[in-house]
Amino acid sequence: MEKFTSLKAIVAPMDRPNVDTDAIIPKQFLKSIKRSGFGPNLFDEWRYLDHGEPGKDNSGRPLNEEFILNQKRYNGAQILIARENFGCGSSREHAPWALLDYGFQVIIAPSFADIFYSNSFKNGILLIKLDADVIEQLFNDVAANEGYELAVDLENQTITKADGSVIKFDVDEFRKHRLLNGLDDIGLTMQHVDDIKAYEQRRSAEAPWLF
Amino acid sequence: MAGKTLYEKIWDQHVVRDNGDGTALLYIDRQLVHEVTSPQAFEGLRLAGRKLWRVDANLATPDHNVPTTDRSKGIAGIEDPISRLQVETLDQNCAEFGVTEFKMDDIRQGIVHVIGPEQGATLPGMTVVCGDSHTSTHGAFGALAHGIGTSEVEHVMATQTLVQSKSKTMLISVNGEVNAGITAKDIVLAIIGETGTAGGTGYAIEFGGDAIKALSMEGRMTVCNMAIEAGARAGMVAVDQKTIDYVEGRPYAPKGEQWDLAVKAWADLHSDADAKFDEVINIDAASIKPQVTWGTSPEMVVGVDQKVPDPANEKDDVKREGMVTALNYMGLTANTPMNEISVDKVFIGSCTNSRIEDMRAAAEVAKGRQVASNIKLALVVPGSGLIKKQAEEEGLDKIFTDAGFEWREPGCSMCLAMNADRLEPQERCASTSNRNFEGRQGQGGRTHLVSPAMAAAAAIKGHFVDVNELIK
Ligand code: SF4
Repeated sequence: MEKFTSLKAIVAPMDRPNVDTDAIIPKQFLKSIKRSGFGPNLFDEWRYLDHGEPGKDNSGRPLNEEFILNQKRYNGAQILIARENFGCGSSREHAPWALLDYGFQVIIAPSFADIFYSNSFKNGILLIKLDADVIEQLFNDVAANEGYELAVDLENQTITKADGSVIKFDVDEFRKHRLLNGLDDIGLTMQHVDDIKAYEQRRSAEAPWLF
Repeated sequence: MAGKTLYEKIWDQHVVRDNGDGTALLYIDRQLVHEVTSPQAFEGLRLAGRKLWRVDANLATPDHNVPTTDRSKGIAGIEDPISRLQVETLDQNCAEFGVTEFKMDDIRQGIVHVIGPEQGATLPGMTVVCGDSHTSTHGAFGALAHGIGTSEVEHVMATQTLVQSKSKTMLISVNGEVNAGITAKDIVLAIIGETGTAGGTGYAIEFGGDAIKALSMEGRMTVCNMAIEAGARAGMVAVDQKTIDYVEGRPYAPKGEQWDLAVKAWADLHSDADAKFDEVINIDAASIKPQVTWGTSPEMVVGVDQKVPDPANEKDDVKREGMVTALNYMGLTANTPMNEISVDKVFIGSCTNSRIEDMRAAAEVAKGRQVASNIKLALVVPGSGLIKKQAEEEGLDKIFTDAGFEWREPGCSMCLAMNADRLEPQERCASTSNRNFEGRQGQGGRTHLVSPAMAAAAAIKGHFVDVNELIK
């Protein structure tokens, strides 16, 4: 996993609640057996006017000009602000893969769905929960200022606005640690192989039908 | 000291080690595997030169991509080459890593959440995971079961554990008795209507109360299946005699002395009377009507006797805009009576409602009747090869086909339309699946979630109708 420490980038707004992972990456792209290459199909059904299929060349497809990410002013955005319950629905990790492949490294919303939340951190995306009114203000700021940027600092858990004001955010210690150091979960767990074996020994005596 | 909730009991039994940072390493007893979320996990193992920690804890089957029509050509019969490759990749990975797989031509093949319980591979008190959010289904057995992402699938394959932080606990108690025609699906849709799709976020939900206890195991699976639609990763129901009777004698269930030991241990798989939940919600069973969703989120649901809600009555700005967007997408006008909405297609199936009881409930409505002339397609897709066989033994297939339904081979089918079964843009579907998201059943398709009996009733009448008008 890539490390994440800090980022200053353009912010794009996704102004609807309950954005589900089917919308983030539609099912036909789940047929891939790879982890990469999902970026061009992020939000495929909202982003293009025609029907996307895996393997199709996306460069010539007709764009839905009204879709927010197709607006020029959000080109190169790496921070997404969103509404409540972002990432609900299917557990597909293809959703964070697609967001990351597109370029998003930070998503800020009032709430996230649980599975999406852990999937994102495992792929080096920082998810930040803020109060709905703070987010409302961010939506207003983004709308009012073309090229609006935020600076996110994970170590200090701060978001700095262009005017220098600072928003603090919370993040679980263990997730922060893993993200800052780009640690591989399996590698970390493998340090506890003896504990796993001891558990199995104890448990198989207690509940032999499970082994 | 206060007693423990069911969730806490299972959690405590599975802690391998406390990491001291708010997380624990949790032991996983069973992992179910399907073709969509596993290829990258197997690939990760291969790249790192890792093996499966416990091969026998894994069980695989292809379900999302398999065709529900003629299977005689096997994998070669999957027309879409990308779907075919995914199913082939599962076969190869399972062969290479030694994982038991019910392949496409095996009668035991089916939707992963149907076959786990059917085989007795899901047992009370287990921790069960699968790279699929509807793993919550297995909680019906008093198991701690939840969906995980592909990185976690790989983690479980390599270490038989997951790094987890403890969820908060919620009890949803459905009290009293439901009225005639009300099924588990109506109960869970009514619950989601009450809690909202984010209401259970961060919680493990235990479903209790008389109306839940009265449900069959199939019904409990339907309820737990949709815990994820209420925002919770895990839903669960306490173990009782019904649970034990269901499990007994299944291929993967313990036998002989081990069975006796297990049954003794399972007697404790319920929340203690003095256990404290972080949140308790009470629902009056008698107030639940047959449910139909009207929007693009499962929480957008009303009784069939109601009207399409009017956004003008919604005070919250974000919610109101969400409603307008949903009505637009669904092609519906506020205040239209639900029972005047006509449908184009009907889908009876999915991991929510494809078990034998669901087949029977739909057949009871369809029996001796004809699918309405405006219905372009009415599909019945059993959840597994074994359910299909049983239904055929009971003559249900004949009832369906006589009435004008198509009787198909098992798989996920039009629940998410990864295979050839899908909606065309703007087609309206009465569906027994669990998600009515935009495009879920095909780009531009419009999904209304209902129970199997309500779906069959919509097929017969051509529009939504209270099923009680057809079963007297
Ligand atoms: S039936 Fe639908 S919800 Fe269930 S596992 Fe298959 S695709 Fe997912």
